Amino acid sequence: MKQEAAKSLRAFAAELVIYAVLVTGYFFLVLHLLGGWLYQLETKHRILYAFVAILLIAGQAVVLDAVTTVLFRLLRRRWR
Amino acid sequence: MFFPISHSHINPLYLVVVGFVIGILGGFFGVGGSFIAGPALRLMGVDWNYAVGTDLAHIVGKSIVAARKHRTLGNVDLKLGMIMAVGTIGGAEGGAQVIQALKRAGNVNTVVSWVAIVVYVGISVFMLWESHTTLKLHKGRTVSDVKAAESKADHSAFGPVTKKIQRMEIWPMISLPTSGIQISLWIILAVAVVGGFFSGFLGGGAGYIRMPSMVYVLGIPTHLAVGTDLFEVVISASYGTFTHAIKGNVDILIALVMHTGAVIGAQIGVVATQYFAGPKIRLAFVPLPLIGAAIVIYTLLTGHKL
Repeated sequence: MKQEAAKSLRAFAAELVIYAVLVTGYFFLVLHLLGGWLYQLETKHRILYAFVAILLIAGQAVVLDAVTTVLFRLLRRRWR
Repeated sequence: MFFPISHSHINPLYLVVVGFVIGILGGFFGVGGSFIAGPALRLMGVDWNYAVGTDLAHIVGKSIVAARKHRTLGNVDLKLGMIMAVGTIGGAEGGAQVIQALKRAGNVNTVVSWVAIVVYVGISVFMLWESHTTLKLHKGRTVSDVKAAESKADHSAFGPVTKKIQRMEIWPMISLPTSGIQISLWIILAVAVVGGFFSGFLGGGAGYIRMPSMVYVLGIPTHLAVGTDLFEVVISASYGTFTHAIKGNVDILIALVMHTGAVIGAQIGVVATQYFAGPKIRLAFVPLPLIGAAIVIYTLLTGHKL
């Protein structure tokens, strides 16, 4: 039972590390590629900016979570 | 690091740490955490309007992650969340209207501050009494915390009153199989409208009111109340982010940095709920509204708006 708990905690920690790397990378990618454009959008096209803002934040949450799950499954297969 | 949208210089590590702390609180208690995020951004010199809007934007992402994780653990009642979202948006609009009326009357700050103090302290005192009484009543039982948390079975010293509320047969009655209750639609809507009202009136997502209301008034098990509240926060905070972004109150780059810490914290917070029984989660919740009250008292006494 304890072994099982330790195993699932290890898996959770590994998944978290992958997710943290992806989330940080995503931010720098957005900053590098879209930083200037977002600034222009915020000053000139607020409605479009509002949509993009929600898409970016939801994308970081949903897409990266899904990518993490897939990556983690692949890694687990390799470890076995 | 310079954030051009809000014209502010903030250390990104500070934002990540703030996000991480709020993420843990959000995942564990089902709250948005605006009572910490807003003042934390203000401390770094971010204008108040950007602090409110940006905070809402990061809450959207964090709540999506936490709600998804809670859903995989069976802690989200989608039907209840959908119904409550309708009431919350209506209530939030009402709260915003009252704020406008108070602004016209010229005493908005004093009234909002005092209402906030009474509400925050009231919730804390009530939850302290209830969770402490419940834990005392069930002391000595052999079921471990983990087993109690796994079964999602919940006990509350306020249970008899909740049962009476559930028995009020006001048409239409709604069955919520995930939460294991049947209750009048009007009672669900009333809880949602009150939560929404305080969200519009005091700011933030008002999870500190909605989560306890779901447990004590509707009789939803604590784990499900936390997960369902987060699901609802996704909808209400998205709406708030959109309207604030149109008004020029959202710095999405700050929100994305905060989010990097918040999503990690949220996942840890969600998993932690699996190791605590309902009354212990409620007892641990007690300091949160008190922190909010302390911030309001500080601003009243010093005149500084954190």
